[in-house]
Amino acid sequence: MGYVAVKGGTNAIEASIKRLKYERLKGEEIIEINTILSSMRSMVDQVMSESSLYSPYLAALAIKQAEGSMEEAVFLMRAHRSTLPRLYYSQTVESEEMLVERRISASFKDIPGGQLLGATKDYTHRLLDFDLIEENAEGNQQWLDDYLKELETIEAAESVTYFPKVVDYLREEGLFENYEADNTPPTDITKQSLHFPASRSARLQVLTRGQTGAVTSLGYASLRGYGQVHPTVGEVRVGSLPIYVSHPNEAEQNMEDEFYIGDITITEVESFVPVTVKNENNEQELEFEIGYGVCYGQNETKAIAMSILDQCLEDPESNFPTHDEEFVLLHIDSVESTGFMSHLKLPHYVTFQSKLDSVRQVKKGGHINED
Amino acid sequence: MKTKTQFAFFDEGSKKEIRRAILKAVCIPGYQVPFASREMPIARGWGTGGLQITLSIIGKSDVLKVIDQGADESVNAVSIKKLVHSTTGVELVERTQDATIIQSRHRIPEVPLTKEQILVLQVPEPEPLRKVEAREFMTKILHSENDYSGAWLMLFEQIMKYGRTATGADHPVYVNNRYVMAPSPIPRFDNPKMHQSEALILLGAGREKKIYAIPPFTDVESLAFDDYPFTVESFEGKHCHLCGATDVFLDELADNQTGESLFQCNDTSYCMDRLNAVEKVEVEGSYV
Amino acid sequence: MYEEPILRVRNLEKQFGDGCKHCMQGAIRNLEKNYCPACGTVYACQDISFDLFPGEILGIVGESGSGKSTMMQCLYFDADVTSGEVYINGEPDLKDQNIFELSRQQKRYIRNHQYGMVYQNPVHGLKMNFSSVGNIAEKLIEAGNRNVSEMEATSKVLLESVHIPLFRMKEEPRNFSGGMQQRVQIAKALSNNPPILFLDEVTTGLDLSVQASVLDLIKRLQRELGISMIVVSHDLAVIRMLADRTIVMLNGSIIEEGLTDQILEDPQHAYTQQLVYSLL
Repeated sequence: MGYVAVKGGTNAIEASIKRLKYERLKGEEIIEINTILSSMRSMVDQVMSESSLYSPYLAALAIKQAEGSMEEAVFLMRAHRSTLPRLYYSQTVESEEMLVERRISASFKDIPGGQLLGATKDYTHRLLDFDLIEENAEGNQQWLDDYLKELETIEAAESVTYFPKVVDYLREEGLFENYEADNTPPTDITKQSLHFPASRSARLQVLTRGQTGAVTSLGYASLRGYGQVHPTVGEVRVGSLPIYVSHPNEAEQNMEDEFYIGDITITEVESFVPVTVKNENNEQELEFEIGYGVCYGQNETKAIAMSILDQCLEDPESNFPTHDEEFVLLHIDSVESTGFMSHLKLPHYVTFQSKLDSVRQVKKGGHINED
Repeated sequence: MKTKTQFAFFDEGSKKEIRRAILKAVCIPGYQVPFASREMPIARGWGTGGLQITLSIIGKSDVLKVIDQGADESVNAVSIKKLVHSTTGVELVERTQDATIIQSRHRIPEVPLTKEQILVLQVPEPEPLRKVEAREFMTKILHSENDYSGAWLMLFEQIMKYGRTATGADHPVYVNNRYVMAPSPIPRFDNPKMHQSEALILLGAGREKKIYAIPPFTDVESLAFDDYPFTVESFEGKHCHLCGATDVFLDELADNQTGESLFQCNDTSYCMDRLNAVEKVEVEGSYV
Repeated sequence: MYEEPILRVRNLEKQFGDGCKHCMQGAIRNLEKNYCPACGTVYACQDISFDLFPGEILGIVGESGSGKSTMMQCLYFDADVTSGEVYINGEPDLKDQNIFELSRQQKRYIRNHQYGMVYQNPVHGLKMNFSSVGNIAEKLIEAGNRNVSEMEATSKVLLESVHIPLFRMKEEPRNFSGGMQQRVQIAKALSNNPPILFLDEVTTGLDLSVQASVLDLIKRLQRELGISMIVVSHDLAVIRMLADRTIVMLNGSIIEEGLTDQILEDPQHAYTQQLVYSLL
């Protein structure tokens, strides 16, 4: 017969996974992917942003599977991402060409193109709306019809409004330095691990996929005093951008032969940060630098916080941890931080036994050398 | 929208990329090669580094053993085995001798490994100098300049304070007389098994995005001062209460009834093997 | 005095800033003190050349901002020089080799085997949260020692020689007074018998009585061990007590050098005269 290993682990895992499924099903309600897509917009956006995978549909699926846990949904998306080959890099996108849904500036009242409030929760009063408990399809339909009718009475502009960047306006005045366009291809942090000092493109990639809470906290810390960046938001814009890829096999690249592969919605923030610089005559002058924040979907808090951290990391001389790129970039990733936290639940019998031995030997006392 | 998963989870491009990092690691024993660590279906810190190595080197004819804390049936070992099996269909075994790839967390099996086998170790913290220097930028310089005085000073301080070195698992080693390396938190008991190992040892840190290696027949020396020799965990006078083994790493258990400490082989498949060998002898004996 | 110098410094230059057309024109720099008003470049060390002979104490005196500490940092490789040469006599391999041009690893070798350094602020020379004996051992470990008992014994001798009671040797220097920290730092700097020792304002900020005991210690070390030392100080009294020869620096340049007695008795440069008279 012989001894056979007890299948304790295997059985326990199977039972645990069953129980997990039971917890999801026992309420006997099914949430449809489409329900999540149309009613959990912010959550879908956040999951896409933190997982750096733009697919509302998959994000909604991940949210469903994760029963609404953000870290779990992001985790699922990232793991899925690993199974996908990188086929193309898109062409560079000019966010100036964005189809703007919302655009505001905290720096100027009168910006060329004007302020466009768009859809924002900023001016809603945060009171629980008990009417939503009784919400019904008919009522909603009625509201939609009324709203659309209302829109009909508004005269549409003859052409699509062009919203120039606020920063360009200031550049003309000489308040911002005019940098040469830097066309160095960005590093791809999913293909090449981060090394330090990191390039700005690598830093921005890590920041934009950072956990919303972590990016916000560190940005806030800098703003509050543990950092030297206190910006004015030059521009927040939310809208959609078309993405193109070029033909991979053609030597001659032609703008007109590029392939349109879809639109992404993004939030983009440009913060203005005053910095002291020396001019040619060795006199100190104030100038503005730009902190840049961008993320998938509509997530303005994260994008603003990112713009602060971007500017912090541009100034590594400052002694605050928010200006230390290793400190910021190595600790804001959702999958990494939650994974390492949760790994503490794993058994550490061997390492503990080893430490125990060490402590016992020390307690026993005595130098172990023979002299 | 359903997608089919690849053999061994990764697309082939990713596997090649990881294999290139492994080759570099083998060429520079003990040197931590950065790689673009992928997010895996198991969590960071739960063996994603080891898993990525296993998945990128595994072939259809391979035979896999996975252990966690010496045990094949530890929940996380089971979970990793399930994942590899479901994406590759390779044979899973528990006997160390039967495996071609052994993925492990915190232990090197008791049975000496052979040149036909590859040991993959999961690493949470690959940087042996991290306690001395927090910044990656600096530790890279220290390695490149062969400046390990920080690691030595830590041991010296322990001797001054406690009269002996007080490291637990993960006692740093010198590989091929050049790089100081974290052996992953294996107990000190297992450090000597790395020295001149016949099997290739690959170490993967998924979260920290590093792969490093000890090629077969490489010198691996635990850091120790001339007059304070390196010592392993002591199980003097203890033996496994199941198979009676004495020269192995033992788990300490509390007997529920007596409250006394019991000891048992930490390497479960090794213990099983010994028990079966004894039984075989008994059975054969009874037929004589 | 036909002895070979143990350290030869030639044309050492250190500037902070890129310079501009106002201040880059060779020999004549249009500077205000050591500062170019046009571009803000600071010329901290300008054309510094001198020799250090075996067993002597060379004093370097000057007001703060005169470039003496910057020069010391350059010699100890804490800061990179802009240009210049240094030759060391002692390591046959390094003969006629400008050691500023060596690799970081080779420079570290020199620091660990040829040099000792005592900083003005002990924070820079000591690991405040390691034991005092560990601090001394660090330097020995860096120089390749792997024997604990040997290092412990050496540390004890050194700590005793700088009057640190041995029952406190396992304590961290952060628990010590400034004078004690300074003495631990000196012990550390001496641990691998360096032929050359740098002392940067080592008594600044200490009480007078503590100053005296540290100065005594330095003098004794020179006598007993024959170490060559460069002592930087803004305090002429310290220089008078320690140095055999003295260099006077002003605005990054050497303006006067000679035997210490000679400089004190018969200062030539107006600045040195002012310095000497203010001492009396």
